[in-house]
Amino acid sequence: MSDMTPPTIEGATGPWEVVLGLEVHAQVASRAKLFSGAAVGFGGAPNSQVSLVDAAMPGMLPVINRRCVEQAVITGLGLNAKINLWSRFDRKNYFYPDLPQGYQISQYKDPIVGEGVLEVERDDGSLFSVRIERLHLEQDAGKSIHDIDPDHTLVDLNRAGTALMEIVSYPDMRSSEEAAAYVRKLRSILRYLGTCDGDLEKGNLRADVNVSVRRPGEPYGTRCEIKNVNSYRYIQQAIEFEARRQIAILEDGGTIDQETRLFDPSKGETRSMRSKEEAQDYRYFPDPDLLPLELDPDWVEAIRAALPELPDAKRARFVSQYGLTAYDAGVLAADRARADFFETAAAGRDAKLVANWVTNELAAGLTRDGLEIEASPVSAVDIADLVRLIEEGVISSKIAREVFEHMWAGEGAPSAIVEARGLRQVSDVGALEALIEALIAANPGQAAAVRAKPQAVGWFVGQVMRETGGKANPGAVNQILRAKLGVEDPAG
Amino acid sequence: MSDLLSLSLTEALAGLSSRRFSAVELTEAYLAEMTAARPLNAYVLETPDQALAMARESDARIARGELRPLEGAPLGIKDLFCTKGVRSTAASKILSNFVPPYESTVSAQLWRDGAVMLGKLNLDEFAMGSSNETSAFGPVINPWRAEGSNRALSPGGSSGGSAAAVSARLALGATATDTGGSIRQPASLTGTVGVKPTYGRCSRWGVVAFASSLDQAGPIARTVADAALLLRSMSGHDPKDSTSLPVEVPDFTAAVGKSPKGLRIGVPKEYRVEGMPAEIEALWSQGVTWLKDAGCEIVEVSLPHTRYALPAYYIIAPAEASSNLARYDGMRYGLRAPGDSLREVYEASRAEGFGDEVQRRVMIGAYVLSAGYYDAYYLKAQKVRRRIADDFTAAFDKVDALLTPTAPSAAFALGDAKADPVAMYLNDIFTVTVNLAGLPAISVPGGLDRTGLPLGLQLIGRPLDEETLFTLGAAVEKAAAFTARPDRWW
Repeated sequence: MSDMTPPTIEGATGPWEVVLGLEVHAQVASRAKLFSGAAVGFGGAPNSQVSLVDAAMPGMLPVINRRCVEQAVITGLGLNAKINLWSRFDRKNYFYPDLPQGYQISQYKDPIVGEGVLEVERDDGSLFSVRIERLHLEQDAGKSIHDIDPDHTLVDLNRAGTALMEIVSYPDMRSSEEAAAYVRKLRSILRYLGTCDGDLEKGNLRADVNVSVRRPGEPYGTRCEIKNVNSYRYIQQAIEFEARRQIAILEDGGTIDQETRLFDPSKGETRSMRSKEEAQDYRYFPDPDLLPLELDPDWVEAIRAALPELPDAKRARFVSQYGLTAYDAGVLAADRARADFFETAAAGRDAKLVANWVTNELAAGLTRDGLEIEASPVSAVDIADLVRLIEEGVISSKIAREVFEHMWAGEGAPSAIVEARGLRQVSDVGALEALIEALIAANPGQAAAVRAKPQAVGWFVGQVMRETGGKANPGAVNQILRAKLGVEDPAG
Repeated sequence: MSDLLSLSLTEALAGLSSRRFSAVELTEAYLAEMTAARPLNAYVLETPDQALAMARESDARIARGELRPLEGAPLGIKDLFCTKGVRSTAASKILSNFVPPYESTVSAQLWRDGAVMLGKLNLDEFAMGSSNETSAFGPVINPWRAEGSNRALSPGGSSGGSAAAVSARLALGATATDTGGSIRQPASLTGTVGVKPTYGRCSRWGVVAFASSLDQAGPIARTVADAALLLRSMSGHDPKDSTSLPVEVPDFTAAVGKSPKGLRIGVPKEYRVEGMPAEIEALWSQGVTWLKDAGCEIVEVSLPHTRYALPAYYIIAPAEASSNLARYDGMRYGLRAPGDSLREVYEASRAEGFGDEVQRRVMIGAYVLSAGYYDAYYLKAQKVRRRIADDFTAAFDKVDALLTPTAPSAAFALGDAKADPVAMYLNDIFTVTVNLAGLPAISVPGGLDRTGLPLGLQLIGRPLDEETLFTLGAAVEKAAAFTARPDRWW
């Protein structure tokens, strides 16, 4: 649902609207699997994290992991969604070697979480809403590995039985940019809640994208589902390709076949995986090994009360509490670790100045070195210390940038660096007056120019900075220069 | 036959604790009898080494005075229960080489209580059958024969091996499972006592699943008191089974011998089915008289949805089975047939590994769950199931238990049921309602038919009220004074 006229793609015969709905599979952050006590972990030796239940040995039974249920409830509340106090697990039956039971335990008719809504920001800062249809819990499958042995497919069951949340949106997105923004927002919320690590590279956040096109104002077209797209870039590429493919078919007078498609990142194309006719009959039915999942409303309310502050609320608070711009507040609030870093550094300091340091120098350094903020070589306390030195006039902003580089290189706390490197700002008025008087005397032409045109005072400022190695207090220098040259501050 | 073999479990435990004989002696007597009775095909695997080791341990404990509740009792285990390090097949070719690295909760509790494992007992493949003829190991032969006939009879199924072994004195007691009557019908056909407890009373963990919402373990024993003893050890909450009930296990043996005076017994009129043999009808009336004489009040009740039970059962059970048996795919354990593609391996492994009856039920199950048929079959069957449970709830407002025949006939000849699957399904007519409603029931020998074959009476109780069934079962047992035994023709 867009707040403005939906974007369109221009075809040969006129504009087309792209309609997108997403099914995001988010791996639940939990130490154990959904129905077995086996450990969850990325990178374990193949088949080292497999219990008798995961391997579907005869007579083995699933037992629900309470922590996974709690995580689903937390996520549902974070998505402003309805928590269903009664839900049920169903079996989705199909044969595949990485599915030991021969069925996936999922929630078909009665999911744990019902409808919700998410406010999402486009790149230009405008907002749109995406309605959530449902969130349900299900088991992940194992992994089939086809490229190790030329004659055999190998199976690793470490992932088998890991808990996933499938988060299904309504078809409320109208461009690849909106789809990517939605996934980013979802990821941000999941990470805030601590219910999913949201690491696309490790595959613990994967998206199936439903794409259809229509003439503006017309009913929805036939959709194709693109399976398992696992990066923002691929999501956008897959949508762009698929929308154009469908438009080309329709403009040629053809019709879209409802089908499941795969995205091939190396070619930037989607290709058919199976048609609707080939779609499997999953023979869903309630899993008789499990009782319906009944939640205590008091337990749900206790979880709601303990929810952390979410990105939207945090951004609003950053604007009101710290006087940040909406943009800076948004950048800082999007990631919980970054927001926490900021708030730690901003305590008792000039928050706007801290925000600048976090979103500029620190962010640039992290990007350059490919680091997450949790691994930053400069701590929040260090940033606070640095900003304090600026506030107290010990160093200028310019010197501060130099100090920051030394901090990044691991030379210690900012005050120590300032002392060790002799970067303390010269605020000694007597010394500066002597220096300035000498400069004026030595440069009578420049002094005359400034008297004629006060803005030209910058030349003298530059000379003082050069003489002091940049350590002169710029405020003091300006004041002394204007007094000595008899000019008013142009700013007033 | 050794005199030791004629003792009931209760008597044998007394003899062991008073050291009149040792656990090793008792076990050896059973092992010898098992060897002699191999023509019955009751055991698919004998475990004499394990049995003797466990018996020696029991003797050591008896010597130290550290007796456990079933110390030294030699038992047979239906081969649907996984036993650690001991081949567990479900009587299927697909698991013919399967040795589990774990022990089912129920069998583990029996060993915890000092019982001795004699071996694994034959059954219908994956417990699917009522005649024990679907077993990949071949049928069990009922130790009973009709007077003047040498014709081989079925012991019933699916727990045919358990029932035959207890009846022929090849085990002091046995574990069994009941999905639609698989404990009670074989008990009825072999003159033994079979208890199908309340759904959730015994853990299903480690028991090869047939139909999860109906499967329930229970004992087959010589006497009602023996069954009570065994069930006490087999029961109990198991956090590894989500459908296991978190309730205390009562002392079932205390209910045996209590006076049934004043209990109200319902006789459901819908169980008077067309074509019921006169002898079954007569036994049922006899049962009513026995209980009336014992001071019970007899009340006619109605269970109006009974006629829909069998069709509902034969939708729900295959539906669950079709999904439960999907794991036997030749990928991780069990039989794997060669093939040129994944699909071929699946198809060949399952075609070769599963017998006809299992394949039939897997196909029926897949069909009733498929898109377009789910509502008409599976969903409808679930609604029927609810109605059947409601019928019982209404009946139990008026009565404390129900009395019915266990099976519609005495033991039938091998081959009779196999020819006609529907005829075999009809064997469950009096028993499936109990599974659909999750209730406890007991089958107690009531007498012999005119050819000298045993017939059983079934008592059905309220959820978790096995105790009333043990009281009533013991009253029937006492009144019937059933002492007949099969002639030892093997």
